[in-house]
This record gives sequence, C-alpha cells and structure tokens, in this order.
Amino acid sequence: MASRLLKKISNNVWEVPTDAVQGMRVPARFYSSDKLIADLDEKAIEQAINVATLPGIKKYSIAMPDAHWGYGFPIGGVAAFDPDENGIITVGGIGFDVNCGVRLIATNLDERDVRPKIKQVMDSLFEGVPAGLGSEGLHLSQSELNEVMVEGARWVVRKGYGWERDLKHIEEGGMIEGADPSNVSKRAKEREANQIGSLGSGNHYLEVQVVDEVYDDEAAKAYGIKKGQVVIMVHTGSRAMGHQIGMDYIEEMAPAMKKYGIQVKDKELVSVPFNSPEGRKYFSAMNVAMNIAWANREMLTYYARQAFAKAFSSSPESLGMELVYDVGHNTGKLELHEVDGKTKKLVVHRKGSTRALGPGRPELPPEYREVGQPVLIGGSMGTFSYVLKGTTKGMEETFGSAVHGAGRKMSRTQAKKEYRGEELAKELERRGILVRGHSWSGLAEEAPDAYKDVTDVVSAIHDAGIALMVAKLRPLGTVKG
Amino acid sequence: MTMKYEVYPHTADAGVRGIGDTVSEAFEGAAMATFSIMAEIDKVKPETEVSVELSADSLEDLLVKWLNELISLSSLKGLVFSKFSVKVDEKKVSLKGSAWGQSIKDVPLQEEVKAATYADIKVERNNGQWVAQCIVDV
Repeated sequence: MASRLLKKISNNVWEVPTDAVQGMRVPARFYSSDKLIADLDEKAIEQAINVATLPGIKKYSIAMPDAHWGYGFPIGGVAAFDPDENGIITVGGIGFDVNCGVRLIATNLDERDVRPKIKQVMDSLFEGVPAGLGSEGLHLSQSELNEVMVEGARWVVRKGYGWERDLKHIEEGGMIEGADPSNVSKRAKEREANQIGSLGSGNHYLEVQVVDEVYDDEAAKAYGIKKGQVVIMVHTGSRAMGHQIGMDYIEEMAPAMKKYGIQVKDKELVSVPFNSPEGRKYFSAMNVAMNIAWANREMLTYYARQAFAKAFSSSPESLGMELVYDVGHNTGKLELHEVDGKTKKLVVHRKGSTRALGPGRPELPPEYREVGQPVLIGGSMGTFSYVLKGTTKGMEETFGSAVHGAGRKMSRTQAKKEYRGEELAKELERRGILVRGHSWSGLAEEAPDAYKDVTDVVSAIHDAGIALMVAKLRPLGTVKG
Repeated sequence: MTMKYEVYPHTADAGVRGIGDTVSEAFEGAAMATFSIMAEIDKVKPETEVSVELSADSLEDLLVKWLNELISLSSLKGLVFSKFSVKVDEKKVSLKGSAWGQSIKDVPLQEEVKAATYADIKVERNNGQWVAQCIVDV
C-alpha cells in the first residue's frame, strides 16, 4: 500500500521520501488536508512516485489536493525538469487534452438583473454555443487553420471575433512562440478543421455564475470582480487537435526513449530528453495545441458574448463583458524558477493543475502583477467555483502551480448507476441552477456528488499558502458539453 | 462467437474491456466498449464501412493503436461505429479489420472519448479466454 509510505511534513503537506522506493530521484510531495489525504487514491500516490523517478526532475514530484488516479501523471500532478541535466518532456505529464483550461468573463450585471431572465439567458447560450460530442465551430480551410496553429487567440482577435484587450488577460497573450504546424500530422489538422469554437463534451461546460463571497477586496478589485456580480466561466481545451497530437507522439516517442536509454515505470510516461530532436519536435507540436485551445476559448467567448447580450437585447460592450483571465491546466511550459538559489529554465508539466504565478512575475499584466495571477478553479456542476491568487510561497514550493478543480471521487460508471440525468437536472433547478445539456447520461456522470468537495480542495491549498482565496462563485446556470 | 464487452470503473476516466475466445474477438469487444461510451450503440446502424490495417511491437501497443485509430477515424469521418470485425495476427503483431457505423448527426450521442491509454492495459489469455483492456481518456 503506497499510502503507508506517506509521512506528514507539516500542516497540509505529506511526502513519500526519496529512499522509500527504488529509483526515486526526489520526494513525492502531496498537498492535502487530513480529511482529503485519507481518501487519496493508492494509484495516484503510485503515479506521483513514478514521476519522481524521471530524469532531471527538480525539488519534488507534486500532487495537488484534488489529485486522483490518471494515466502517466496523477491528475493534479506537477513536475519540473531541468533540460541542462537531461531533463525530459513527457506526453504523460500533459495529456491528450492539451491546454484544457478555464476562463472567466465579467459582466456589469448583478444577480437581480439576471435571475428574472435566467431561462432566456440559458436558452440563448445553449442555442448559441456549440456543445456536445461532434459539436462544430468555425469551418476553416487548412491554410486558415495553419494560421490559428501559430497565432492562437490572436487569430480570433485579428478576424474581429475577439477584443484586442482580451489578449493581455490570457496566459502568453493567447499565443505561444515556437508552435510549428509542420510537426503536426495531417490527420490532426483534418480533425480540427471544424472545431475552433466548440465546447466538446465530458466535464467541459459554460456556466453563468454570481460572485457569492469576496475574501480579498484588494485582489478582487484588481481582477474587476465584486460581490453580487454575474460572471461567465468557460471550461474546454484543444479538442481533436490536442487528442491527435497526444496519440501521434506517444507512439513516436516510444522508440526514441529506448535510444536515450530512459526507463519508465509506466508506458504512459514515455519520455525523451527535452533537449533532443524528438523532445523539441513534440514541444513544438504541443505548443500548436496550446494555441488551438486559446483560440477555441476565445471563439467560444465570442459566441457566449453574442448569446448573452442577445438575451438582454444589448451588446457585449455595454454589458461590460471583459475577460478577467484565461489559464490552462494541462500544459508543458518553459519557465524560470529558482532551484537551490539559482534561476533555472525548467520544463514545468502541469497535468490537471493551474499555473498560479505569484506577485511580481513579468508574465503577468501590469494590473495583476502586484497581487499575483488570478487562479480560476472550476467546481463540478452545481457547486461553487473559486478565484484564488498566486503567492510567493507557491513560487517557492510548487513552481507556481495550484489546484484545477474539485477532482473526481466517483467513477463515471458508478455515477451513472446512482444518478439519472433528468432527475439531477430537476433537483438542480429546484436549487435555482438551470442545466442545459445534450446527453442525460453525460449529465449523470457529472453529478456534484461524484466529485470531491471543491471547498475542501480549495481550503487545503489556501491553508498551505500555495494560492489564496479571493472570491467564491455560485452557479445560476450551466451549459454542459 | 462469445465476444463480450464492458466499461469498467476508473475514477476520472473509464476502462474498456473486451473478452472473447480469440484475441481478435477481444479486440472487437474493446472497440464495442469504447463506442458504447460515445453513443447508445444498439441504436447505431452499421451502414458505412471504414477499414483499418496496423502493426505494432506488442499486442498491448496494437490494442492502443487499434482503439486510437478508430477514435480518430470516428472524429475525422463524423461517424459513430457499432460493428467491428478484425483479424489479429499474433505472430506478426498486426491486424486487418473493418468498422461500420452511422453519421454522428443521426444518432443519440453521449460522451466523447479522447484517446486510449496504456494505463491498466492487458492483452492476455485467462482460462482459455482472451481479455483486451485499457483506460480511455474521456
């Protein structure tokens, strides 16, 4: 039992020490609470230990309070590798839904304005926002898609769908350098051609929420949110592009890994040195998927702005629908971090973990730089979501990373046995939350009780000081993907 | 033919399992399980055919490739598959097969499967029955 190896280091921090399992290069570190650690998957612990054996890993293999059994990394896993010390890059630390993430859009309306019209609002969003399996957005030619692959959200803005000022509130300005479409398969490009501006299915959603509580006035003010205000949260990723790039490269990397003599405990952790032709090639393809995800969320924002404004016979501009922030949670990025007193450029893998940069980081726009990065944490359907802020402590301990959501505790199959989608939707409606979805069984899988309590998860990371609570968001209506 | 299939529990995603007298039947079952996540497959007419030909280094690799190729073709062609026929050559570690399905626009859809993974993967013979299984990312 891997859990027997866990040692409590301090409040909210546990570790499996380096000498506990052969091959570990660093400790596996778990941020959690007494309550959550008791329910932590054995498999998630094993996976965090496996990650600790990978070449070039620095400080710790980290698991967040929402950690659960994934493939390769645990979901909620973070690890940083030093390319100068044969540090690796792995598909298993990023996953198939590259740059899946969350964005938050403000409005200048409050609950009293929206509540009476919520049915119209949700119907308009359900009609205007492509969602579900097989949903399609823009139909692009291959040459247009090639532009999106390089320009990301900037392309969407350039074409007049997004606002120029949105870009400074997206990680990397919505466009990461070094994305090379020539390293992406024809199949990936063909599959993605109709998917920019589509929500997809599974746990992806668009939610209308109200700011229920503000815990940190200064940060909330900087982020442009206040109690009672209505906001919109979007959760989706890079769609087929990310899926296909993951599939293609997990296959391509396996023979290369042998060549570099890297051994991994789980085939899903297939790894190559970051500084190798194969490593660089995957990185450039993965960056294409990063751009695609930002473009997708920017395009969905266009649809959401139009649909929301339509319900109020108004315009997105008059309704103050500014982008608060957009942040990914399945990413691999080159970032500067301090290790043993030296600043190093590391490949930070976040698999189901949100970037959470502390105050002063140059990556942040001036208006957020003093308070730290907005950390957006989507709850499960019908439960609270949170806005946190990144901290200096998080920079020191977790490479500026925090939780990404509630984290599942019940399998999809079990959830479908225990809940019925129709009844769940009625129950949520009784509680004042309108749900619109394409699939009842899909709805049942996302039952609120299938997830850990998001408040427990957020409290654990807040108490550890890795990211601090700024505001709590309560749902009014959800379009489920 | 005694092929059986099932979707088994995994916290975040789902496991797919095919069981049969032969490895080919087990592969067909794993494909049925995968597409039963995407749609109510008993309502999907097997009217359009796609063919698949693959080889790999091991039967586990071949299973992941088989499922990923089907997931990828389903998205590329806008089809959901509900019938599979495959012949696995264990010696050459290769396969040749077909999948039949219907347009995604005409069937009741459920959840998208993003990819097959190596997590919890097994292609093995137990008490005379072949089992082919892995976790798929949903």
